[in-house]
Amino acid sequence: MGELTAAIDLQGVEQVYPNGTRALQPVSLRIEPGEFVTLLGPSGCGKSTLLKMVAGLLKPTAGRIALSDTHLSFVFQEATLMPWADVRSNVRLPLDLAGVARPEANQRVDEALQLVGLQAFAQHRPRELSGGMQMRVSIARGLVTRPRLLLMDEPFGALDEITRNKLDADLLELWRQQGLTVVFVTHSITEAVFLSTRVIMMAARPGRVVLDQRIDNPWPRDDDHRTTPAFNESVRQLQHSLSQASSEPAV
Amino acid sequence: MNTRMDKLKQTALPVLMALILLGIWQAWTVLAEVPAYLVPSPWLIAQTLIKDWGLLSSALLVTIKITVLAFVCATVLGVLVAFAMVQSRWIEAAFLPYAVLLQVTPIVAIAPLIIIWVKDPTASLVVCATLVALFPIISNTTIGLRSVNPGLAAYFQLQKATRWQTLLRLRVPSALPYFFAGLRISGGLALIGAVVAEFVAGTGGTGTGLAYQILQSGYQLDIARMFAALTLIALTGVGVFVSLAALSRWVLGGWHESEIR
Repeated sequence: MGELTAAIDLQGVEQVYPNGTRALQPVSLRIEPGEFVTLLGPSGCGKSTLLKMVAGLLKPTAGRIALSDTHLSFVFQEATLMPWADVRSNVRLPLDLAGVARPEANQRVDEALQLVGLQAFAQHRPRELSGGMQMRVSIARGLVTRPRLLLMDEPFGALDEITRNKLDADLLELWRQQGLTVVFVTHSITEAVFLSTRVIMMAARPGRVVLDQRIDNPWPRDDDHRTTPAFNESVRQLQHSLSQASSEPAV
Repeated sequence: MNTRMDKLKQTALPVLMALILLGIWQAWTVLAEVPAYLVPSPWLIAQTLIKDWGLLSSALLVTIKITVLAFVCATVLGVLVAFAMVQSRWIEAAFLPYAVLLQVTPIVAIAPLIIIWVKDPTASLVVCATLVALFPIISNTTIGLRSVNPGLAAYFQLQKATRWQTLLRLRVPSALPYFFAGLRISGGLALIGAVVAEFVAGTGGTGTGLAYQILQSGYQLDIARMFAALTLIALTGVGVFVSLAALSRWVLGGWHESEIR
């Protein structure tokens, strides 16, 4: 039954700002359960806008959004942690807000911290952690509610490349292990190719979808995968499509 | 090692400086034979402080009592008003002009009226000092309650947090650094307010504070006692500041940039 229902079904979803700016032209998309979909594009292409509409943080001006399971987590570009609270309390926040009993909540926090490899840092304050570790805390906070759908808005955009590659690999591991559906926003072609089962390429002014491309590179993908011919070929193809889309006048 | 040197520097240098200045002062008054009714020597001031300790200490207690009461009133009232103001822009628009009015009107000008209106002398002084100390708490706490990280605010919204949860778990902790900055200003202002109100109240009967002692000493040309009272007021001010700074460091020390060393 789960296979028949799309995880996310968008029909003619668009966003026009009150001042008349068209942030996103109508988009229709169907994302299946278990997919790892990347929204790839330059600044101003509406990829974050689209993600925020899926999350319910932003109301679409027109169109319909259907989620098979509203049990979702959103990971922001910044870690957005509470600086006054330790890692444990930060990860526990969504459970506390939902009124989950403390013993159960703590147990789930332990599990989530284990998943991101931060068990040893439960008592630390966010400022004592590196940027990459803060992002891990943010992901743990996203996983602690046991979502089916994970929405990520350029989560590793502010990190250095080495840290980002490591987190990308760990994220893929989590995705496979937890059977998640992931929608991931990025402006990095290599990151998109490394992570995705499917890349949706977008262009700016006005924001629109220009390409919907499956990435059929083999699994599991580890660091060595980044230097394989298949990987490079996918990057080259997407790069080509992107420059073509950017030079094409918008409809 | 370095930090220990720094600590030593931070405490030892001011003390050394004070000793040098007091030494110069003492030498000057003795060598130049400055009359004690103009500038008393530090030694004489210290003697007066001990001699008149009974009188001065009870006055000190009165001033401290009024300062503390006013500070507590200002904190409670200021926080309540700030909470009300962040609930809606309407309430803020209605309240803020009067809070500002309160702030810009000199307390010396309102004090006589309050002293007439409020029969109980202690209460009237507390009201005056509260009015002086109130504004920084209101304005700082209001700004603090509004200074919420937009990302965290979006997260709370996404998690469908209730208004109450958002207030308690997000707004209040975010406001703490601003609130404590307000407390430090208000602590000093409460003391100033207490002293000013005492001056205006003038001839208070029993249970008078340090300001009254200063007035009395002035009338009697007992300048040494005036200096002694002044010293006690200054030390009280330092005490208020130091304890509020310590409280702030204790609460914010683990996480806020302002208190991280």
